[in-house]
Amino acid sequence: MDRKVRVLVAKPGLDGHDRGAKVIARALRDAGYEVIYTGIRQTPEMIAEAALQEDVDVVGLSILSGAHMALVPRVIEELRRLGMEDVVVLVGGIIPDEDVPALLDMGVAGVFGPGTLTSEIVETIENALGRELA
Amino acid sequence: MTPSTVPELVDALLAGNRRALARVISHIENNTDLARPLLAALYPRAGRAHIIGVTGSPGTGKSTLVNVLAGVYRQRDLTVGVIAIDPTSPFSGGALLGDRVRMRDLAGDPGVFIRSMATRGSLGGLAQATADVIMVLDAAGFDRIIIETVGVGQSEVEIASAAYTTVVVEAPGLGDEVQAIKAGVLEIADIFAVNKADREGVDRTVMALKMMLSLGAPEKFQVMHHGRMLPVEIPQARTESHAWTPPIIKTIAVSGEGAVELADAIENHRLYLEQSGGRVLRDRLRAATELRMILRDYLLEKLLARTPEDVLKQTIDAVARREIDPYTAVQQLVDQVRNC
Repeated sequence: MDRKVRVLVAKPGLDGHDRGAKVIARALRDAGYEVIYTGIRQTPEMIAEAALQEDVDVVGLSILSGAHMALVPRVIEELRRLGMEDVVVLVGGIIPDEDVPALLDMGVAGVFGPGTLTSEIVETIENALGRELA
Repeated sequence: MTPSTVPELVDALLAGNRRALARVISHIENNTDLARPLLAALYPRAGRAHIIGVTGSPGTGKSTLVNVLAGVYRQRDLTVGVIAIDPTSPFSGGALLGDRVRMRDLAGDPGVFIRSMATRGSLGGLAQATADVIMVLDAAGFDRIIIETVGVGQSEVEIASAAYTTVVVEAPGLGDEVQAIKAGVLEIADIFAVNKADREGVDRTVMALKMMLSLGAPEKFQVMHHGRMLPVEIPQARTESHAWTPPIIKTIAVSGEGAVELADAIENHRLYLEQSGGRVLRDRLRAATELRMILRDYLLEKLLARTPEDVLKQTIDAVARREIDPYTAVQQLVDQVRNC
């Protein structure tokens, strides 16, 4: 078995600033993951379908527009509709602290703001996948 | 409920369940215990798709070209499976697979399935895994399967052997024609796409390719010579047996220009293979290559499993110290397994 963790990195919504998403994509590659980068302006449907086709373990959403409370539940809903309820969902970007509990309640495994160390993200992924696999 | 057993996965895949298709591909990529029974169940269902390899140096616009090519096929009501291969980092074992960025036009179309694959180390293994994933997409009923690979080298040549039609993508300004000759594109190209045809130097790239191919019957065309146009007779280099001469198609992938012509060229090649018996020949060649690869891996695995680790270590040490040459060492390893 040559099991590799596969991660989809996507930017839902309309903001076009993908520097952060690309940095994360590279950092996760350097952590040994297979990272599928899908680019900017993705609809929740596009993200869920890409996650399904690529059979990823993790979906990382980068949102800087402030629309996270609208976009994240729609992505999660689409993933569930496609039978991908086991996928670990992470959110990164500019997320006010007061929104974090609500996002975690929706089923998001981790929320990461600017300055997050890659090791924190990797640890969250490993813990979440360990729990799923156990 | 996601299908998880072999019969469930096979039934769901054949019924068009995309989740099952994605899961099956993962089983094969990860070489799980289900991989072989899945392959065995699906193999008889494959063999209908036309398989197209698209290869070329980084930056020639392969992904964008695949995007528009798949678009043309969708307009013709043909379903398309895409396998986009990018290298695994030799340092981290991770990979950044970014081809979907250029294929966003295809998102949301149920007639398209795109899968990104990392090379994951071994070259021979990659070729085999790719061939297996192609077979799965074929069994799932896709009419056209496009495999996109980076660069032109040994691994690409191996992967190309899985395709019926190989498109080599060139672009102006990426080194001289000697590079193309070195890389061996002549041997694998059924079609050349000269992409970014709106750029300066495109005619020189086309001309260089034509020169290499020494196109068909003696033909007069212009060659740039010290800035002057000279009519030159190109002698016929190819024999009658090479009835197919790779066409050279100019494309501008970002605008979609030339995509219809490229699709037409691919379809012409498909018909040519069917009528000339080339498809049957390629199937036999592929079967032979596949059997050889699998047999080689299998025998290696068996031999290593039956060789005590310390014997192997001692042999490696002996070869490294030049006490024994590697050929004799291999003979001894084989003899030792045969005798026990």
